[in-house]
Amino acid sequence: MSDFWLHPALILIVGSLLLPLVPARLKKGYLLLVPLLTFLHTISMAKGVFGEVQFLDWTLVFGRVDKLSAVFGYIMSLMCVIGTLYGMHVKEDAQHAAAWLYVSGSLGAIFAGDFLTLFVFWELMAFSSVFLIWFRRQPESLAAGYRYLLVHVVGGISLLAGIVLHCKATGSWAFTSLDVHHPSFAAYLILIGFILNAAVPPLHAWLPDAYPAGTFNGSVFLSAFTTKTAVYALCRGFAGMELLVVLGVVMSLYGVVYAVIENDMRRLFAYHIVSQVGYMVTGVGLGTELAINGACAHAFAHILYKGLLFMGGGAVLHMTGQTRFTELGGLYKKMPWTFLFTLVGGLSISAFPLLSGFVSKSMIVQAGFDHHVLWAAFLLNLASIGTFYCNGLKAPYLVWFGKSHCKPETWERAAEPPWNMLAAMGFTSFMCVFIGCYTPFLYNMLPYAVDYHPYTSYHVSESLQILLFTALAFFVLVKVGKLHPHAGLNIDLDWFYRMGGRAFLWAAKKPIQLTDSFVGELYRLAGLIPLMFSARTSGRFDNRVIDGAVDGLAETVRGIGSRLRFVQRGQMQENLAFAFAVAAVLIVIFIFAYNTFAQ
Amino acid sequence: MKLTRLIEFLRDHMKVVVRVCLVALALLVLLDALPAVVDKEHAHTWMEHVPGFWALFGFVGCVLLFVLSKTFGHFGVTTREDYYDE
Repeated sequence: MSDFWLHPALILIVGSLLLPLVPARLKKGYLLLVPLLTFLHTISMAKGVFGEVQFLDWTLVFGRVDKLSAVFGYIMSLMCVIGTLYGMHVKEDAQHAAAWLYVSGSLGAIFAGDFLTLFVFWELMAFSSVFLIWFRRQPESLAAGYRYLLVHVVGGISLLAGIVLHCKATGSWAFTSLDVHHPSFAAYLILIGFILNAAVPPLHAWLPDAYPAGTFNGSVFLSAFTTKTAVYALCRGFAGMELLVVLGVVMSLYGVVYAVIENDMRRLFAYHIVSQVGYMVTGVGLGTELAINGACAHAFAHILYKGLLFMGGGAVLHMTGQTRFTELGGLYKKMPWTFLFTLVGGLSISAFPLLSGFVSKSMIVQAGFDHHVLWAAFLLNLASIGTFYCNGLKAPYLVWFGKSHCKPETWERAAEPPWNMLAAMGFTSFMCVFIGCYTPFLYNMLPYAVDYHPYTSYHVSESLQILLFTALAFFVLVKVGKLHPHAGLNIDLDWFYRMGGRAFLWAAKKPIQLTDSFVGELYRLAGLIPLMFSARTSGRFDNRVIDGAVDGLAETVRGIGSRLRFVQRGQMQENLAFAFAVAAVLIVIFIFAYNTFAQ
Repeated sequence: MKLTRLIEFLRDHMKVVVRVCLVALALLVLLDALPAVVDKEHAHTWMEHVPGFWALFGFVGCVLLFVLSKTFGHFGVTTREDYYDE
């Protein structure tokens, strides 16, 4: 290392470790200060390669700041400010610590210049984000969190195996563009690791399984970081891989189909992450300058409007305890501002003119048309119909209008959320409008020079026709009584590992049961008679000797137990969260210290 | 609250709102047919030169997606809520 270079992730890691030491009256200020510092530091970093560390025989690069990583770093650190503001009133330190570590994992992966650093931060993301699900403390969240972790561990193994093979073949750990026209086996393994995190079908089921199970504010973080970090990695490594065009278009429609039949508001939004990331993956697959710009711009806009939608869904969950359409309805009287902000999110994701999605999504569709991949461009336009139908019409209608399905206690509880949640939603809404109206703000940040104008008469006319006639079809469907919410669960591909897990358990139990019944039979035949005799003998022994000893022992154990109760806090998630935090810091300190002493 | 009052005002005048929207939709298709307003020079296929093509695409696409998704759900994909409970 030549000069001192402060990694933005380090601010968040140290900030999360110091969090429990901050006095309660300063806590809210501290919660805002740390992400703000991270954000300001991230956007003021000079371009270049920093934080090069010699470790064993390898050169690790912690800070590759170029236009591609800078635009992702900008939006990730901004989203950290918004997400923390949104959940600022949450009293539990560990929740904030987990969220910040998650963001630091994402920032670390984005600025990593080599595969090893990428991998370490990639895993930090998986292991810290799972706590945002577990902290919901519902039985289904615990199970969904474990499934989430297991799936990501599998993806991580594939990524690591790919990295090792790739580096063995090329002799370099540098994370640069891979050969997408003749991909090696190693490249495919790395690709699997990336597209699993990007939730590309058939490796997507973890997302709609886990994200709706998170805490009201944790899911806001979840919606932003994992998938978009993967989009960044795909932009960096696999730009121009044609397979990704097919996968991207398939996923954009796949998410829509499941969202149309979904009854849970947050799961509907989660399926639309799959759908929207489909646009970005298509952009990466097209690989032209316009398409890569489009993928980055859409990731930027998407993080804001999807965060906004999850904030709206989180507010409804936080204030009513419900997220299913069959338990909601007519809430505009109770939560009008939440409705308005969520609607801005819904219209932005639908690419309404003057909102963020309009200036970003259209770049990818345009790149498809320019590249003469007409089928992809038309299908992406079809997916945008479903996007508006679900996010802009169905969800707002069924939650804030329509027939109220609220139970009396839900209706009683419902109210506008605390000021900080409204402020976070208000600011994000402003950003969606700002990006949509003032295009140079986003376009000047993109990796390549932008020669694209979204506000042509033809494009505005095309978009308005598609969207407004989708709205017409929606209201016709409402009118003919087709839009009642139905309670139900939609089986997705997680069925295979959920049921596969059960089959494994069954197989494990079966031999044990067989052995058990065999032993039982043996015991009945050969053991019963001697047993009767020994029982009589031991009965006498038991009365006199054992009872006395056991009573004394039990008394002692109870005494120790009651003392231990005060020591053990019983919050496994909390303990684990801090254990991971300490581990992350130790790794970083170790690498830095090693470097310092080795020189 | 003013926002609630605005929403209720619009709900109370639903008929007028619906009429205004329908006129807007008609205008949209009409303007699409006027080359002076909507320049279709950059259209990618012949279909897009048909006035109101994207309007039809939006309406039919929405109904199609709704029907196909619901049909997909009826093929056993949509099931009872406690399906995974043991």
